Amino acid sequence: MKVVVCVKQTPSTTATISVKNGAVSWEDPGGKPNVVNPWDEYAIEEAIRFKENRGASDAVALCVGDPSSDEALKTCLAMGCTEAVLVSDPALLGSDTLGTARTLAAAIKKIGDVQVALFGRQAIDGDSGHTPVQVARVLGWTPLTYVSAIESVDGGSITVHRLTDDGKETVTAKLPVVISVVKEINEPRYPSFMGIRKASKAVIPNWSAGDIGASPAAAKADWSNVYAIPPREGEIEMIAGDTVEEQARNLVNKLFEEKVI
Amino acid sequence: MSGVWVYVENRDGAISAISREALGAARQVADGLGQPLTALVLGKGVGPVCAAAFDLGADAVIGADDATLADGRLEAHGPLVVKLAKERQPAVILFGASTRGRDLAAWTAADLDTGAVADAIDIKVEGGVVKATRPVYTGKLLCDAYVTGTPQVVTLRGRAFAQAAATGKTGTPEMVAAAVAEDAIPTKITAFEGKGGKVSLTDAGKIVSGGRGVGGPEGFEPLRELADVLGAALGASRATVDAGWIPYEHQVGQTGKTVAPDLYIAAGISGAIQHQAGMRSSKVIVAINKDPDAPIFKLARYGIVGDLFKVVPALTAEFKKRLS
Ligand SMILES: Cc1cc2nc3c(=O)[nH]c(=O)nc-3n(C[C@H](O)[C@H](O)[C@H](O)COP(=O)(O)OP(=O)(O)OC[C@H]3O[C@@H](n4cnc5c(N)ncnc54)[C@H](O)[C@@H]3O)c2cc1C
Ligand SMILES: Nc1ncnc2c1ncn2[C@@H]1O[C@H](COP(=O)(O)O)[C@@H](O)[C@H]1O
Repeated sequence: MKVVVCVKQTPSTTATISVKNGAVSWEDPGGKPNVVNPWDEYAIEEAIRFKENRGASDAVALCVGDPSSDEALKTCLAMGCTEAVLVSDPALLGSDTLGTARTLAAAIKKIGDVQVALFGRQAIDGDSGHTPVQVARVLGWTPLTYVSAIESVDGGSITVHRLTDDGKETVTAKLPVVISVVKEINEPRYPSFMGIRKASKAVIPNWSAGDIGASPAAAKADWSNVYAIPPREGEIEMIAGDTVEEQARNLVNKLFEEKVI
Repeated sequence: MSGVWVYVENRDGAISAISREALGAARQVADGLGQPLTALVLGKGVGPVCAAAFDLGADAVIGADDATLADGRLEAHGPLVVKLAKERQPAVILFGASTRGRDLAAWTAADLDTGAVADAIDIKVEGGVVKATRPVYTGKLLCDAYVTGTPQVVTLRGRAFAQAAATGKTGTPEMVAAAVAEDAIPTKITAFEGKGGKVSLTDAGKIVSGGRGVGGPEGFEPLRELADVLGAALGASRATVDAGWIPYEHQVGQTGKTVAPDLYIAAGISGAIQHQAGMRSSKVIVAINKDPDAPIFKLARYGIVGDLFKVVPALTAEFKKRLS
């Protein structure tokens, strides 16, 4: 059995992001502009642990993105994934989460012999968190989202803990499953020196839409109107006073006036 | 294709806060489109929730009362929402952007082959279409998005919309059966530990939040006291969580919780861009920091330059006086 971990390359968390005429661009002076989506690091770690501790034969990192996403996949290999696959095709540009989910599902089928597909809870660019459930629907697998611990995997069934807005659940499901993980699940490892060397030499297969039999469908949502956040209204008011007690009184007065208390 | 639906989250016969807000927003969408508003109330012991949905402005309620629906399982709720939508063809389906609402929206949109817009913070009806404003790039940019397929599936961020007001209206829900029998549901929940009435950070109206400036785990004590006086939740920057001073569930920011309280008091927090990503939509931000150049002051409405160990206890004392 193989596990697949779906990884997106996103702008770094420190990147400054700007929009000009609807086109989004970013830069990160002093840092790397693109990174592995931070939430996906936990999924990568869990995929590697499936290979180390739960008898998975391979931990395959899978990404749909432009050719530069090779970088994210090399990070996965450096951490300890055994294989990486990039699906990159201009025909897939501009798809929505459902389109991406269909592509990921087709690639997972082509990889074959997969019982568990791991995901991050959401991507820090699109911020929807819809992809894991949608991949599960396309594959007909059971989605287990917001997973904070994998308790056991045996006899074709899996037991996990989920952290939802309501509380913590222990859930058992039959394999195959799609899992999205939250930060509580583990502490992602750093790439090893050997891993980095191996990854730098790796040639990552690049599948086209045709290779996996994915037919690009028109997106069913329009996100094109992206714009900068208008600056917060009003200037900051510094609260003065001869003593801290007076400062505190002045601030509390203001907060009562604002009716937030 | 007609009608606006809103999914009303409930557990143990109680309606969740995010669904009161969703009902309020949904009413506006329904009025904007000139179409009726239907509430979906799926669960176990849903009688009081159906009544609440009418009271909070729904024109009609579709209810389902079944043991399989009690614990909010996606594999029980998803198929029922999809089945009903296929039969009755609503134009719009709205969910709260809770963990459950997001999963259900994704499920519903996938099965109905339509688009879904996540996490709206504002909503307008324009030319018969629901336009949702939502943060993208973790709140670094905004986007006016809309669904081009049908139905239009949208989730609504918590605390971004006012709760629906009580109307006093009553009505009789239309009760339907569950779509999937227990045997056909692939998941079993064997244990559940609820939050037990604790104010969660994401629902909180007021938050007192501490950063590396608190100096250590015990440095959160004065903030806790202030939070207690205000009935506020306790937040934290990642630096303090990474240092092990406070559990991760308190972390606000890009890799923590996204919050939008009426009042956010940041003490000893520099205001890194990743922290801002989680709290910038707070209504009134107060910054307490000894460094007058800390970036948090660029975002705050009110600022005090000073030592938090002096300022915070003074605030606690003043609030105690005024609130008693
Ligand atoms: C991938 C990634 C994700 C991240 N996600 C998050 C996230 O979700 N949330 C988050 O918060 N951060 C996040 N960060 C970290 C972020 O970049 C900052 O490191 C962090 O927010 C800094 O925390 P801080 O403000 O508490 O600490 P500092 O930046 O060290 O600031 C401490 C502040 O306290 C002030 N101070 C010190 N003593 C006192 C005193 N006695 N009285 C008053 N003021 C005092 C100082 O002047 C200073 O401004 C992330 C970083 C990365 C790389
Ligand atoms: N283009 C992609 N390639 C691979 N995995 C992806 C892609 N987009 C999203 N994912 C996965 O789906 C999760 C949720 O993403 P999203 O639904 O876009 O917020 C991410 O954390 C990834 O694990």
